Amino acid sequence: MAEVTYLEAIRQGMQEEMRRDENVFILGEDIGAYGGAFKVTEGFLAEFGERRVIDTPIAEAAIVGAAAGAAHMGLRPVAEMQFIDFISCAYDMLTNYVATARYRAGLPTPMVVRGPSGGYVRGGPFHSQNPEAAFLHTPGLKIVCPATARDAKGLIKSAIRDDDPVLYFEHKYLYRRIKEHLPEGEEILTPIGKARVAREGKDLTIVTWSAMVYKALEAAERLEKEDGLQVEVLDLRTLLPMDDEAIMTSVRKTNRVLIAHEDTRTGGVAGEITARINDQAFEWLDAPVRRVTAHDVPLPYAPTLEDFVLPQTDDLVVAARWLAAY
Amino acid sequence: MTTTAASAATPAAPPHGLSRAQLHELYYYMRLTRSLEERLVNLYRQTKVIGGLFRSLGQEADSVGSAYALDRTRGDFLSPLIRNLGSMLVQGAQPLEILRQYMAKAESPTRGRELNIHYGDLDRGFIGQISHLGDMVPVMAGVALSFKMRKQPRVGLVYVGDGAMSTGAFHEGINFAAVQRLPMVIVCENNGYSFSTPMRKQTAVAQLVDKAAAYGIPGVRADGNDVLAVYGATKPAVELARNGGGCTLIELVTYRRKGHAEHDNQSYVPAGEIEAWEAKDPIDRCIRDLTAAGWATAGELADIDARIAALLDEAVGACENEPMPEAMSALDGVLADPARTELEWYRRIDG
Repeated sequence: MAEVTYLEAIRQGMQEEMRRDENVFILGEDIGAYGGAFKVTEGFLAEFGERRVIDTPIAEAAIVGAAAGAAHMGLRPVAEMQFIDFISCAYDMLTNYVATARYRAGLPTPMVVRGPSGGYVRGGPFHSQNPEAAFLHTPGLKIVCPATARDAKGLIKSAIRDDDPVLYFEHKYLYRRIKEHLPEGEEILTPIGKARVAREGKDLTIVTWSAMVYKALEAAERLEKEDGLQVEVLDLRTLLPMDDEAIMTSVRKTNRVLIAHEDTRTGGVAGEITARINDQAFEWLDAPVRRVTAHDVPLPYAPTLEDFVLPQTDDLVVAARWLAAY
Repeated sequence: MTTTAASAATPAAPPHGLSRAQLHELYYYMRLTRSLEERLVNLYRQTKVIGGLFRSLGQEADSVGSAYALDRTRGDFLSPLIRNLGSMLVQGAQPLEILRQYMAKAESPTRGRELNIHYGDLDRGFIGQISHLGDMVPVMAGVALSFKMRKQPRVGLVYVGDGAMSTGAFHEGINFAAVQRLPMVIVCENNGYSFSTPMRKQTAVAQLVDKAAAYGIPGVRADGNDVLAVYGATKPAVELARNGGGCTLIELVTYRRKGHAEHDNQSYVPAGEIEAWEAKDPIDRCIRDLTAAGWATAGELADIDARIAALLDEAVGACENEPMPEAMSALDGVLADPARTELEWYRRIDG
């Protein structure tokens, strides 16, 4: 069995789908000869040729718009945003055109927009963003955020096969830090819309996704050792459509919930999750739902600043202790 | 019996390889566009049109002549803007569909979800626009990309206006299409105004076609009120695209004789301007050109008018009293899966 990094898992998933289905193609900036800014698509040009590996101008609206037009015609494009921060340049195209296409015009738009998101890499304000909240509010899109190599592969494959537009937010901090044994020849298809219990527990639930899953697991380890607390970690994997059932099942089990995300607090996804718990499991709560998020500032560059602004394992431990003692 | 003068002067062959029957068809679609919009004005005044009404009065030739240059039998595609009703009719859109759209009927192509001529049909080769100008250029580039990737001899045509050409999406889309040498024609319908803004406040170029040079593609300019000139300018661009020659930008110079929508009183238009363009009416011109050259008789054109009137009588009669969509249908089809959006909790409370 080969050890596969998170990045290689994304690559393998796309390769497998491109080999399986002639209609799958990729487009984006510097994805061909260079193999992508992070080398996710390295080797694709040699294997699949210029016809299916399209280097584009620096034009995110054109990349997404052209992907949509091609998807209407039965192709299955995977568009790369060189950094996910630049997806805002295609916000109009995604929210007004792509997300509404099926509803307003019955237009099938099976496409994936993917790219490196996330901080902890000293990338500064424009190479560290987590844009999921900006799209969570848009009916007609799906959003996935894999944390593991298995899900990185399984979700890109499921996203490509999905008949709706999927935003696939991969975390650049995990690209080469996470390794996993993925059996060759195993068809991995992570279902979209299903969360995963990353660690079982009975005293408190941390609901999270993407790179924050690892900080939650670290915190859970420490809380077990130092406090004897059994912390459950729920990795949402998909944010849209959200797996309410998995969240409520965990809430009913532990009765205390901490929601952790790397993005800033105000208008963030944690607010939506809190509202859902309030709607569906209020009477099961023994404590208020609390959030651990980034501070409400643009993400700064200097390590002292970035480490302060982004949530750290210590923050999760402190917040969890507060909740457990409530 | 025919006059000796007519038989003595055998009509010259129509231009651009068009047949007599095709010239009649061009006239048919222009007249159908205008008459359908006139019916819609009546319905609008009776408050049966739910939203705004957008006219293309005086611009029928540019929509019809350009769309007619596509080959529907080969699967060519187009994407219209708000004043390109004529182009949709050429691609096979039915007056009944347009009426249902404007009146928000359940049986409308978008089932009451979208307004006016905002709809499409992949089978007939037209894609519905959205209101954000310029966005259809990248989308049509994607359609044309699919033709190129599959080595299909098909062409995509996208309409923009003098206003849409100022948007970032237009620039990104046409640049992408030009670089990729996609089989695509970009038709700029220059009608002088985007809402109330005249072209001189929209761009510093003297002619919109000058922008073609910035993308390294050919630019063609034609009289948008002369349906034969429009066809003559578009047809070679379509064939160039079909034969692997890439994109062309075509500027069709015309004039918007009505306001942006029916509510617009055009107070910003200089005195005499609309009247000057009335004298250049594209349908009047078509009638003059066709009859003078002997390509149509007044009687033949009158027959076409009568056929259109009957068609529209029937269409209006058929849908005027149709119901609007059932409210709960609003929850269907945001996604393929799940196919239905959940009903809000407060609507599930009994009592």
